[in-house]
Amino acid sequence: MTADASSAGLRSRGLTARTLPRPVVAGAALAAVAVTFLLFAVTPLQGVADFLVAATVLAILTVTGLTLAVEGRRRAVDRLATSGALIALVLTLLPLGFTLGYTAYRGTKRLTGNFLTHSMAGVGPFSPNGGIYHAIVGTLEQVLIASLIAVPLGLLVAIYVTEYGRNAFGTAIRFLVDVMTGIPSIVAGLFVLAFWVLALHKGFSGFAGSIALAILELPIVVRSAEEMIRLVPAALREASYALGVPKWKTILRIVLPTAATGITTGVMLAIARVTGETAPVLLVVGNNFYINTNPMKGPQASLPLYIFQGAGSSSNLDVDRAWAAALTLILIVVVLYVAARLLTRRNSLRR
Amino acid sequence: MAKRIETVELSCFYGKTKAVDDVSIAIEPKSVTAFIGPSGCGKSTFLRALNRMHEVVPGARIEGQVLLDDEDIYAPEIDAAAVRRTIGMVFQRPNPFPTMSIYDNVAAGLRLNGLRRKSELDSAVERSLRSANLWDEVRSRLNKPGAGLSGGQQQRLCIARAIAVEPQVLLMDEPCSALDPISTLAIEDLIFELKDRYTIVIVTHNMQQAARVSDVTAFFTLRGPGEPGYLVEADTTQKIFTNPSEKRTEDYITGRFG
Amino acid sequence: MTAVSPGVDAASLRDVRSSRRGDRVFSGVTVVAGALVFALLGAIAVFLVVKAMPALQHDKSSFWTTKIWDPDATGRYGVAALVFGTVLSSVLALAMAVPVALGVAVYTVEYAPRRVGRFLGYLTDMLAAVPSVVYGLWGLFFLLPHLVGTQTFLNRWLGWIPLFSGAHGDVNTFSKSVFAASVILAIMVLPIVAAISREVIGQVDPAQKEAALALGATRWEMLRTAVFPPSRPGIVSAVMLGLGRALGETIAVALVIGNTFDISAHVLTPGGNTIAANIANRFGEAGALGRSALIASGLVLFVITLLVNLIARYVIYRSGVEERSAAV
Repeated sequence: MTADASSAGLRSRGLTARTLPRPVVAGAALAAVAVTFLLFAVTPLQGVADFLVAATVLAILTVTGLTLAVEGRRRAVDRLATSGALIALVLTLLPLGFTLGYTAYRGTKRLTGNFLTHSMAGVGPFSPNGGIYHAIVGTLEQVLIASLIAVPLGLLVAIYVTEYGRNAFGTAIRFLVDVMTGIPSIVAGLFVLAFWVLALHKGFSGFAGSIALAILELPIVVRSAEEMIRLVPAALREASYALGVPKWKTILRIVLPTAATGITTGVMLAIARVTGETAPVLLVVGNNFYINTNPMKGPQASLPLYIFQGAGSSSNLDVDRAWAAALTLILIVVVLYVAARLLTRRNSLRR
Repeated sequence: MAKRIETVELSCFYGKTKAVDDVSIAIEPKSVTAFIGPSGCGKSTFLRALNRMHEVVPGARIEGQVLLDDEDIYAPEIDAAAVRRTIGMVFQRPNPFPTMSIYDNVAAGLRLNGLRRKSELDSAVERSLRSANLWDEVRSRLNKPGAGLSGGQQQRLCIARAIAVEPQVLLMDEPCSALDPISTLAIEDLIFELKDRYTIVIVTHNMQQAARVSDVTAFFTLRGPGEPGYLVEADTTQKIFTNPSEKRTEDYITGRFG
Repeated sequence: MTAVSPGVDAASLRDVRSSRRGDRVFSGVTVVAGALVFALLGAIAVFLVVKAMPALQHDKSSFWTTKIWDPDATGRYGVAALVFGTVLSSVLALAMAVPVALGVAVYTVEYAPRRVGRFLGYLTDMLAAVPSVVYGLWGLFFLLPHLVGTQTFLNRWLGWIPLFSGAHGDVNTFSKSVFAASVILAIMVLPIVAAISREVIGQVDPAQKEAALALGATRWEMLRTAVFPPSRPGIVSAVMLGLGRALGETIAVALVIGNTFDISAHVLTPGGNTIAANIANRFGEAGALGRSALIASGLVLFVITLLVNLIARYVIYRSGVEERSAAV
């Protein structure tokens, strides 16, 4: 690996660089882990998390130092950057794993058929019975009504923005929709509280929650539908116009069906997002231990709210119920989410 | 300063697909070698294999050898980055760094190599821009963004950026295909000047261009659709364009094929 | 092709008229839908202001400076501590989340093989799909006890920084604090910043990257020369959008923050509060004036997040980067 006669001409900038073979790099990292292990064995240092952190830091220092000594500064910096990106990946996946894993661990304890089919009617905090049937009913109704408002409205707005709104008004709406995506969910809840509950004296109800959820769902639907409609090839539209089909029919019969898969994905993600929203529901739905199937009248329960109140309870039984409800909620959301992603694969429209 | 490149039975792959089959060719220093051939014949892939840019594409790999003055640039102890520093490249579409000024574009490679002193950078930037016949046009606006230049100027800026790090070889992948005729002429003049100092390899779609600028021409083609590209023959440009040894070359030159 | 028969002519004309009418009706409906967005945002602003008025008028002088929240009993309340806590926890959260988000975005786009990268993208997005109340529950029962070690470590080695010093030497207890809230917020903001950064980094012209590699750049140098500079506006706006989300996050924070009303930079010690968390925690017991006061604080939050989002959008619009993550 030294400069021989053939590369003498290259002098200062030879092609050959002293490189560390991969096994050496891996060995150095393993050695660092082994040293950390010894360190933890003989010193008062302890703890699994501490060990992992220490081992990682030591391994990176070793490998980077070795690279610096053998391959030079540029390669050392490059290797350090790679390590950094990998650590970022681990730091992202860890909370995901811990959240899902711990929720599954705590949630399965109470998640039974009985739990899913019973309400909290007559169940005190220190009773081991009770379930989330009333909360599931509430959440499903609230989310369904919210979607019935937000999805058609969102589609129309998206159609306006993409097909008709090539003017100042259209740009303004696009901008406002962007601004709406940034509205905190609690503010949406406060608005419905101020408008529906306090100003119109309608009182707490599932429908009030639906309005708040619809406000949060609307911009997500608009943005994703807009994106999908823009992906429909212009040639398809032109072919339709050339057959003498009017614009509105072209939009309804050609553009929307073509974009349908993508739009459905967006809608499902939007639904997944609002299903777990707690803050707006907390302010305007009220709460109910009993089954209330009428979203228009009287306080209703909802899954997120059920979890929030269980979390704040001093009874361990309430906490256990909250975990089981959390697992149910996660399962609903994840199923929606995964289904949406699977649907994306079927989407023929690509960026 | 210029170096000789030789490939020995070089094949290029994208995953399982073979794009270039078994090419052996010697490229002489201080000369211009043109690669011509129909679209998809692998000439650009082959060019990119000469400075290890081929392997940047996921799944891409080669078999065979590429020798730079008898040193195999694919040998295990060779640093791909060092190879690319020694064998510069100019791309089909002018690609100056959009957020950088003209000055910073030319200085980019030098800064990567640790050159920090303002005076050294200044003189290297001026030298490179002069070599690229761009200095007089941009000397008053070195701090303006490179993206504000015309297409032809941008391409010369990219050439200046490539030669600033003082490579031995300059690879050009259809450098004029995105340019108008006048800018093309400027680049061709530049190629003619640069060959005193560098080994130049140029891929071109334009046979007249190959005839105008190159000393040696290599003709690549495909045996059939879906087959890998291969080298038909390489000879002096004069001979290829007047009296090629192979029938397929003659067909291509005279426009009966491709 | 001589004269077109009058019947056909009339029919096709009628067709044109009816399709014109169809177009007018349809476009009219979509315009109304668009106008509803206008009306909705207007209504949100108007109703928040109207319902906040009683609280704002009740106590004009000290709403911005008072560090107490007791509207119904003593009529004393103010957002000083809340605004401070909201900003502090969000900024800390970003300080933790942004480097990680950028790292994972770069990893998924530039380091991982394409398929693996796409899968990692799904996983990262799934972090955003977990409902905030679940993060709150998890934060309360899993994260808080597990943070004690980190808190002790930070305090022991970085205690000379006021941020990590303990007011009463109580940092190594398991407690609700601004720090705990920031960690939860960081986890929640991470996927948003990562998703947008991923899009932005993925949009960098491959030709720029090849240009850098062809100059002999290592992968990191390629990122620094060709990828980060054009991505900067997009990344800045991603961070601002993440900040907007952190400022407004309610339930998860409400469950892990101390619910106290002091302005203290000792983030490890028990305590802290944010506007949104305060609304969630105080709403149940609030009377008429209490609700109005909470709405007033919500109005403050609305204005803050609006400003942050406007800045983010401005950066995007000015740079011309198309920001496409509709789902986050």
